[in-house]
Amino acid sequence: MSKHETEIKADAKVPTIEITREFDAAPERVFQAHVDPDLYAQWTGPRESNTKITRWDARTGGEWAFGGESGGEAYAFFGSFHEVRPNERIVWTFTYEGEPDGVFLETMTFEPLDGGRTRLRVLSVTQDFETRDGMLASGMDVGVNEGFEKLDELLAQEAA
Amino acid sequence: MGDSTQQLDRAFAALADPTRRDLVARLSVSDATVGELAEPYDVSFQAISKHVKVLEEAGLVTRSKDAQRRPVHLNREAFDLMTQWIERYRREAEERYRRLDALLARTAQDDEDRRPDKEQAS
Repeated sequence: MSKHETEIKADAKVPTIEITREFDAAPERVFQAHVDPDLYAQWTGPRESNTKITRWDARTGGEWAFGGESGGEAYAFFGSFHEVRPNERIVWTFTYEGEPDGVFLETMTFEPLDGGRTRLRVLSVTQDFETRDGMLASGMDVGVNEGFEKLDELLAQEAA
Repeated sequence: MGDSTQQLDRAFAALADPTRRDLVARLSVSDATVGELAEPYDVSFQAISKHVKVLEEAGLVTRSKDAQRRPVHLNREAFDLMTQWIERYRREAEERYRRLDALLARTAQDDEDRRPDKEQAS
């Protein structure tokens, strides 16, 4: 197993999240795992959730939706494929159903590296910091509750 | 419950403003009075004072009650918490991509097996 952990950048000046990760596989195969619904369902979503893809048309102008259950709670996401450029780039919109006004525009690029490897870059942009930070805070299922508890404590201390 | 959600919203809302984010960045270097904080801006002392009050109500900064200068102090703990959130988000992504690593390793084997005329229905 290779060692190239996910890097993340949450910009202080613009409401973006940028993720970078390298894979020991060629761009064609990493891309395929993003557009083939059977493959995609196998790795996406929070752990221990069984992702079900409900709509999937991985072409420029197509739509997508999937959902699942994590920790007893149902969740669902949907969006549109703005551009699907084989083996190079996917641009899609991404909305969490629980936050219908918060839409992210995500650009995924599949950059070929030496030795048949790939660097994946996912840049997500949204309208304001509240939506961005809400996404950062929500992605953490179990951990987030712990974090919220700590913040609650802290805020309670401040109020006292 | 509703109350703590409100407080959390306040912390996020406080940081949604670019001036307040800038103030926080400066306070991360050292404590400063409202007057010192207001200096580089074109806006009034009162406007900066209001921003500081929002940060204070959100639990992100504190001000000493007795000292004359009443310098504004960044609450590190609150920001460590935000860093932790980002780190957890990163770990979630890493877990997802490890599943993708495993899938890619698995399907590489399949590709070898089925070569040369592998056909994928999708």
